[in-house]
Amino acid sequence: MQILQLKETVKFMSYRKIAMVFSALLMIASVASLAVNKLNFGLDFTGGTLIEVGFQQAADLQKLRQLMQDNGHNDAKVQFYGSSRDVVIRLGLREDVKAEMLGNEILSILESGTGQKIDMRRIEFVGASVGDELAEQGGLAMLTALICILVYVAFRFEWRFAVGSVVALFHDVLLTLGLFSILGLEFDLTVLAAILAVIGYSLNDTIVVSDRIRENFRKIRDTLPEEIINISLTQTLSRTFITSITTLLVLAALFFKGGALIHGFASALLFGVFVGTYSSIYVASLVALSLGISREDLIPEVIEKEGEDQDEMMMP
Amino acid sequence: MLNKYPLWKTLMVAFIVAFGALYATPNLYGEDPAVQISGKRGVEANAATLDTIKANLTINNIDYASIVLEKGQVLTRFKNTEDQLKARDVLDDELGKKYSVALNLTPDTPDWLAAIGGAPMKLGLDLSGGVSFLMEVNMKEAVNKAKIGMVSDFRDDLRNEKIHGSRVKESGDNIVVKFRKVEDLEQGKTLLKKRYRDLIISSDEDTLTLTAKMTEIQLKEIREYALQQNITIIRNRVNELGVAEPLVQRQGKKHIVIELPGVQDTAKAKEILNATATIEFRLVDTEGDIGAALNGRVPASSILLTDKNGKPTLLKKRIMLTGDHITDAKSGFDEYSRPQVNISLDSAGGSKMSKGTKSNIGKPMATVFIEYKPTGKKDAEGNLIFEKHQEVISVATIQARLGKSFRITGAGSQSEAHNLALLLRAGALIAPIAIVEERTVGPTLGAENVQLGFQAIMMGFGLVFIFMVIYYRAFGVVANLALGANLVLIIGVMSLIPGATLTLPGMAGIVLTVGMAVDANVLIFERIREEIREGKTIQQAIHQGYDAAFSTIIDANITTLIAALILFAIGTGPVKGFAVTLSIGILTSMFTSVVGTRAVVNAVWGGKSLKKLSI
Repeated sequence: MQILQLKETVKFMSYRKIAMVFSALLMIASVASLAVNKLNFGLDFTGGTLIEVGFQQAADLQKLRQLMQDNGHNDAKVQFYGSSRDVVIRLGLREDVKAEMLGNEILSILESGTGQKIDMRRIEFVGASVGDELAEQGGLAMLTALICILVYVAFRFEWRFAVGSVVALFHDVLLTLGLFSILGLEFDLTVLAAILAVIGYSLNDTIVVSDRIRENFRKIRDTLPEEIINISLTQTLSRTFITSITTLLVLAALFFKGGALIHGFASALLFGVFVGTYSSIYVASLVALSLGISREDLIPEVIEKEGEDQDEMMMP
Repeated sequence: MLNKYPLWKTLMVAFIVAFGALYATPNLYGEDPAVQISGKRGVEANAATLDTIKANLTINNIDYASIVLEKGQVLTRFKNTEDQLKARDVLDDELGKKYSVALNLTPDTPDWLAAIGGAPMKLGLDLSGGVSFLMEVNMKEAVNKAKIGMVSDFRDDLRNEKIHGSRVKESGDNIVVKFRKVEDLEQGKTLLKKRYRDLIISSDEDTLTLTAKMTEIQLKEIREYALQQNITIIRNRVNELGVAEPLVQRQGKKHIVIELPGVQDTAKAKEILNATATIEFRLVDTEGDIGAALNGRVPASSILLTDKNGKPTLLKKRIMLTGDHITDAKSGFDEYSRPQVNISLDSAGGSKMSKGTKSNIGKPMATVFIEYKPTGKKDAEGNLIFEKHQEVISVATIQARLGKSFRITGAGSQSEAHNLALLLRAGALIAPIAIVEERTVGPTLGAENVQLGFQAIMMGFGLVFIFMVIYYRAFGVVANLALGANLVLIIGVMSLIPGATLTLPGMAGIVLTVGMAVDANVLIFERIREEIREGKTIQQAIHQGYDAAFSTIIDANITTLIAALILFAIGTGPVKGFAVTLSIGILTSMFTSVVGTRAVVNAVWGGKSLKKLSI
């Protein structure tokens, strides 16, 4: 079976202006939303207490909110979680030192207030200092990842590709963060993990394309760089699509079957895979092209020699 | 000939997959409900304990599947949870004072598998249910206490050298000594420099002051010691909780992670973690009548306390020394290689001890362990009510007038001496700790997460399987074989690595690896198709396809691995679990989808002259 039967080279790079404007607009929108709406940071980052409880019948949120107010928890946010019998209650940080006892207190308020037997599903308490440290560490991790990747790609390919792939990654991360900001989705640790996985995925795509571009620069002579990139993208397009399809398939499985805890994670990855696929076609190659990538940059002798080595050593 | 593997290579692939499958099998066996009995405070379970347990179970008509004594613990397996719960209650009543009785789920791994190191994957708390705490050690306080101790040491040293009229105080990060005369300053400087080689000591003759500063290395040592001491104390307390397989681990520079699988009553866990303990020294009342005291007629100046075996001792009411004067305690051996505990006191404690023991040489002195355990109740003002629990841990004869440092012998075995030292140090906790993070997962949510994760993996697999067969036909089947082998290898490796824990995000990582692992095969297969289109022979196309895709696959996977490793380095708990499965998945998938599929392709299609390929 074959989904894409491409007889001719697709002129990807002819649409580069449109792609550039499109990407720029999305990035500006993301930055604007991040500046205005900020990110809806989860408990991991903000600190506070979260209690998830399961009721036997559908819960009455109004009543639960009233119950919280009556007991002096005015800042309590009461929401359904996954189903109408699961309820999550979020409380902010308290000056009170005994904040870690809060979870049990809420449980007893709920039990006596509703008269129902309540199933404690999860209690999380995070102190203020922990969240700050985490936010710092998370940012640092992403930065380190980007730098390591920049160095690796520059070492294996060429600096123009490295810059191209890192710009593409930055683009993907920014848009994913933007989506979370615009939709007001909760940004917790698992989402941070998902974003690092998006970096991995998008890079995977970019490398496959860059690899083919390098190969074609060596194989095909007397052709404009733009045309080489078009040829390479066309050749790898079918693979790009199939891998995106299989990845989206498993992510859909996660999204629908993985439960509420994994929802944010799956959402970030689903979106990230879309953006990552697009960015490896347009952003990475476009940046490399704009930086003036040419045949001479990919010194054939050295690379071919390296290739021969590999054949002997690592023949599968 | 093209596309033929030598036999050894095919065998190697088969062997690696079989090896992975072997170590993955323990996960197929279920778990037995069990009760684990281990000693508290240095007590070890022995053959006698084993007999007591057996006898108790028989009397109460509780059936058990097996019972073994191993490493000072008794593990009893039951056929169902009903028996397990009954047994726990019975045994806790009988042995609860000296032993901790914990519920446990013991893997039902066959003996031959266990003998070669086979064990099922460890489940994270989000899957097994339980509570995890993150505790932070107050390092500022630790350094502060060390400074206060040093101030009093300085005073003693100067007084002993007859340098009078100097004033020692702390000033910011430093300790400042002000002298009255230049000679005193010089003398003091020489003395302190000789004694405290680690300190940076400088003097100013104009103001007659001497400044001592702790080096960065010293500060680091103090912090390190505070953390280690807290970990030891917490470990000891956690053992008291009776939790099977608890985890107490340092994290970073000032945090301690505590994981208690299966614990739902977090209130009790928190109480015990927050409990404070101290120590007191009292003289033994040798004149009082212990028989009368036992009948309720305790002399007015005495109190009656018992040791852990219930043996009563009559003690003087007057406390000779309280535990807050203890600065350090270490266990060791005396000249007859009997276990002993060396205790160091601060200067105030030293002089108290000296006064207290001067006229009591030859008399017995008792060490009393005091623990304040929260009762779970609150008083009218909402403060927790603590219950004072006192226990005599050793009685020793005073051999000579004691000073700032002395030793206690007769504390029992080496492990008991070690524990006593630990408890003594605990009495003088250098740095307070506080819970900064707590995550509790109920058993229903844990079980639900396992089910959800499992379903997601199965569904993801199913979808990709179907897609690959439709799209690549026979080669799709080969890719699916590789995917299956990959899953087996991930589980095998996860079971084999002791520290690897499966979490819900970890399961998501497995799902994600499934999607991404086929990428290598997609790359290869697309390349083969391309080569066929370009008019190469089938065998050449296969050969070229694998060759050309190889370096791309390596590059693409290494970069993903970089992201996964960084995630591993910063992540904790569930997120770390994601990084673990992702990293393992990347490595195993490179093997299965490149080497593994090639072995199958070569075996089925290699070396034949083919006109068409089912791809």
